[in-house]
This record gives sequence, structure tokens and C-alpha cells, in this order.
Amino acid sequence: MISASTATDAAIIEAFAGIPALLQNTPALIARGRFLDCECLLGPVNHAFHASIRQGRIVDLTPAPVLMRSWQFSYRASVAAWTEYWQVAPRPGFHDLLALTKRGEAVLEGDLHPFMTHLQYFKDVLALPRQPATVVS
Amino acid sequence: MNGMIEPIVGRYVHVDIDGEMYRIYFEESGEGIPLVCLHTAGSDGRQWRHLLADKEFAKKFRIIAFDMPWHGKSNPPASWDGTEYQLTTARYTQTIRAFCRALQLDRPVVMGCSIGGRIVLNLAIDHAAEFRALIGLEGADFQSPWYDTAWLNRPDVHGGEVCAALVSGLMAPQSPANSRAETLWAYKQGGPGVFKGDLYFYRVDGDLRGRVERIDTKVCPLFLLTGEYDFSCTPEDTKRTAAAIGGASVTIMEQLGHFPMSENPEQFRRYIAPVLDRIVAIEAERTGRR
Repeated sequence: MISASTATDAAIIEAFAGIPALLQNTPALIARGRFLDCECLLGPVNHAFHASIRQGRIVDLTPAPVLMRSWQFSYRASVAAWTEYWQVAPRPGFHDLLALTKRGEAVLEGDLHPFMTHLQYFKDVLALPRQPATVVS
Repeated sequence: MNGMIEPIVGRYVHVDIDGEMYRIYFEESGEGIPLVCLHTAGSDGRQWRHLLADKEFAKKFRIIAFDMPWHGKSNPPASWDGTEYQLTTARYTQTIRAFCRALQLDRPVVMGCSIGGRIVLNLAIDHAAEFRALIGLEGADFQSPWYDTAWLNRPDVHGGEVCAALVSGLMAPQSPANSRAETLWAYKQGGPGVFKGDLYFYRVDGDLRGRVERIDTKVCPLFLLTGEYDFSCTPEDTKRTAAAIGGASVTIMEQLGHFPMSENPEQFRRYIAPVLDRIVAIEAERTGRR
């Protein structure tokens, strides 16, 4: 878990880069995403990653920008937001992806269909750096 | 414990709502002051099972939770032709009053959560004399939308999954995992378009800004309680609403979200017990004055 008081851009980027491995160790979450194939842009606002998801697994996570790389939807949040979101008990208003968009700490853009069909999957995948990992059934 | 039978009893009552008969499912326990509990949008009366099973509350209250038509075990009416369900302020108010009349409840207390927390404000505005007290959980005169409800009912998105996933984040991270999962289960079981139809009241038809100032808490005491993790109806929304109402009681509940009675029943009990005690005391003062 990243300390809320000492979080840096580098620490958040490093934690994001570790999400595919954390997902690989969470078979219930992969199973929930078994019908999901999509390209998306996720991460800190200024240091997002292109994520390629195939059958619920993140098979590629590459720092943006990548020349002419397409994505269907993007979810990007401030470093402060990710830091709070990854606390074991986040502060009110920082505990949910859509709480963050409502308070203006995150931006959701593009074709939202893959995001909405797999909303709990994305909430839980993006919470994996929150330890211990939590999966809402 | 194997073989333990809960004190809750479930029955059906036939209720005339605006000239049409509805078969309404309700559960109850206890004896005393009638306490009618209203579930959130897109869910059903099971949310109240812990309150219904509370032996201490049941000594002083007849606790009743009913499923709104289209919800839980209360079917749509026989006349329904499949057209889109939409809950309005008028229809919601009619339904609650008709249910209370059908059970011949004498000035019940009504406690509602979310849309139920909103509608008790309307009951306080227009029908205060019919109730001993009103309790609004996660209630406000208005709150800002945070998603497009069109996602809730479309053939290319699983309604149960998306409804549950949307509201999952409204619960406090401290709430027990099993209670959070149970709260979401009702959302996964809702009929197609029902949650969306309930939110028509919440988002479109039920804006009470500019009307709550008319509430007279001397006629009917009003208690508002909101969880700190509720980012749909925020503590600020509730406090703003209460500020416009003279005499309204406001409590912000720590480590609770939008579904206090079901997401963390023990934590909720710490906050609702003093309110129910206060209502008993008010009732004792009132009957003592007679």
C-alpha cells in the first residue's frame, strides 16, 4: 500500500505497472472478465497506460503516448486520487471510481460500453494495489 | 443455530392504490408504535431484515417493511401492459398512504432510505399530520446526478450486473463484505427497468428544492441521517436540506454509506437506536398530556 502522505508520481506509476501481475494472481477477477476484450487508457492523468485486455487478462500495459494507438475508453485520475483510492479504507469520496469522477478527481471518456458492461471488474482491477485485495462479488 | 426461526412474518395485503388493486408483500415483527420502512430504489424490503429481527426494537415498535409494486414479491398490477415503469412523486406518496390505510395503521412512523429518504420529505410537506414521526436515511431535497440512468436498462448491458456495480461504491469500505454482497444481491435480482423507473422520481420528478421550507416539525418530528460514504446523497446535501427546515434533527453516520440498514446493521443500530428512543419519549410525552 502506498502511504497517502509520501506518494509520488513515480510510486503511483510503479504501482499501476504492477496491476497486470496482481490480476494474474486473482483468478476470480479474470473469470469475471472472461468475455472482455478491449483497448483502454488507464492511470494517472499525465502518465496514463495503454492497456490491452483479452479475456479478462491485461496482456499489455504500455506507457502512453504510443503513436496513433487507439483506445475505446479512458479512465484517468489525479495522483492524489489514486493514492487515496488505494488506501485500505479510503476517505469518503475517494473510495469509488465514480465518486472520483463526481468530485472532479477523475475523467471518464470515450466509448463507455466496455467499461459499463464490466463496471465491477474495472472497479476491482483498479483497486488491486489496495492490499489486501478486495473483490466484491 | 440450526433450526432457529426468525421472528419476522411475511404476508400479502391487497391495497387499493388510486382505484387499482395491488397485491403487496410485507414483513413485520414486534408490537407497539407502527414503524413502516421503505426500501431504496431498485431493491426490496429485505434490506430491513436486521431491523425487523431486532428484539429490543420489537418490544416498542410494530416494524413493517413492504415491497413496492414491481419490487421483491410485490408484482406489477394485473393491468400492466409492459410499458416503461416510472415512479412519480404522486404515485409514491399514494402507495405509502394506501398501504398504511389498508393495514389500518394509526399515525405510523415512516422511515425511508434513499428514494425513501426523499419521499418522507414529501410526506412531511403535504401529509405531516398522518404520521407520528418521519425518518429520512440518505435523504435530501435534491442531489446532483453522477451517471446516466440509460445504462440501467438496455439489451446490450446486463441490468443486474450494472445496477449492482453502480451502487457498490456507495457503501463504506468498513462495511462487512458479506453484508455488502447481500445488499448488492437485491440489485442483481431486480426486474428490468425497475431501478431506472424508480430513479425517474429521484432525478426528474422529485426535486423538492424550494418546498421543504414548508415542513413543520412541530406537527411531525423529522430525523435525517446520512452516511459519510454516501457520495450520491452526500452529508452536505442532507445538511443543506435540514438547514431549510426548522427543528429537523441531522446526524452524519460514520463508517456507513447509502445502505446503512443492510450494509452494516450493527453500525447502523448505534445511530438509529437513539432516534427510536426519542420517538418513544415523544409519544410518551404526547399521551401523557392527554
